Amino acid sequence: MITLTHYLLVSAALFSIGIYVVLSKQNAIQVLIGIEMMLNAAILNLVAFGKFDKINNAGQTFALFAIVLAAASTAVALAIILNVYRRHQTIDPGKINQLKD
Amino acid sequence: MITIMFYFMAAIALGSALYVAGSTNLVRSVFMFFITLFALAGLYVLSLADFVAVTQVVVYVGGILVLILFAFMLSGRENLEGVKQQKNRLLSVSKLPAIVLAVAFFIVLTNIFLKARAGNVDWIKQSVVKQNVMTPQNASINGLGVNLMTNYLLPFEAISILLLMALIGAAHLSRKEEAA
Repeated sequence: MITLTHYLLVSAALFSIGIYVVLSKQNAIQVLIGIEMMLNAAILNLVAFGKFDKINNAGQTFALFAIVLAAASTAVALAIILNVYRRHQTIDPGKINQLKD
Repeated sequence: MITIMFYFMAAIALGSALYVAGSTNLVRSVFMFFITLFALAGLYVLSLADFVAVTQVVVYVGGILVLILFAFMLSGRENLEGVKQQKNRLLSVSKLPAIVLAVAFFIVLTNIFLKARAGNVDWIKQSVVKQNVMTPQNASINGLGVNLMTNYLLPFEAISILLLMALIGAAHLSRKEEAA
């Protein structure tokens, strides 16, 4: 029998892997992938708890909203990454240390 | 059977996520992230959220990953080689703080989840008593649609405006700069 704790543990592991990716990668796109992983861990929790709310469907609805928010933030973040690449010729977050030319 | 499926999906999701974390090849890590997202969609199906799973496949795999691939190809070949040159030493000194923090976070979260006993929370017990729990027989997309258009209409509209704003902003940011 799959209980809520199973889902919570899977999402905890996924969240930790996401943190590791965000902190250790030297490429802004990989950092973005790590952020998506952490978001997915949160969505997994929402869905797992949403199973116990048949009438209001709160968990699944907000999982949908979280997916849409992730899509919006990714589009903006990728546009910013492209701009940064055009200006600095690198997307290593550690090397971009100027505010203005 | 469902238990086996759950462990299978969870193993695929975590394994491919670990591969994303460990690999030096950027393209390969992006495609392994595809697999993570598919396995997560499978987990959503197992917890009876089929519409969320389909949305996950359409939005993440169809939208976000294609965007990531685009950005990745537009941002030049030299950073590919740059990534390849740094050796894949998972335990190199520069990554030690990240590993320590991630492991510590995992231990804290696991402790909390094991002590919280999520199955014994009050509202979950009550929903079991009131038969408010989804089962494979009565879970349907119908209730989700009705709720989305009645209870959650305001957040729904707000998020649609936010999505429009974000897309216009992204298009504005990524246009070619004129000489000015």
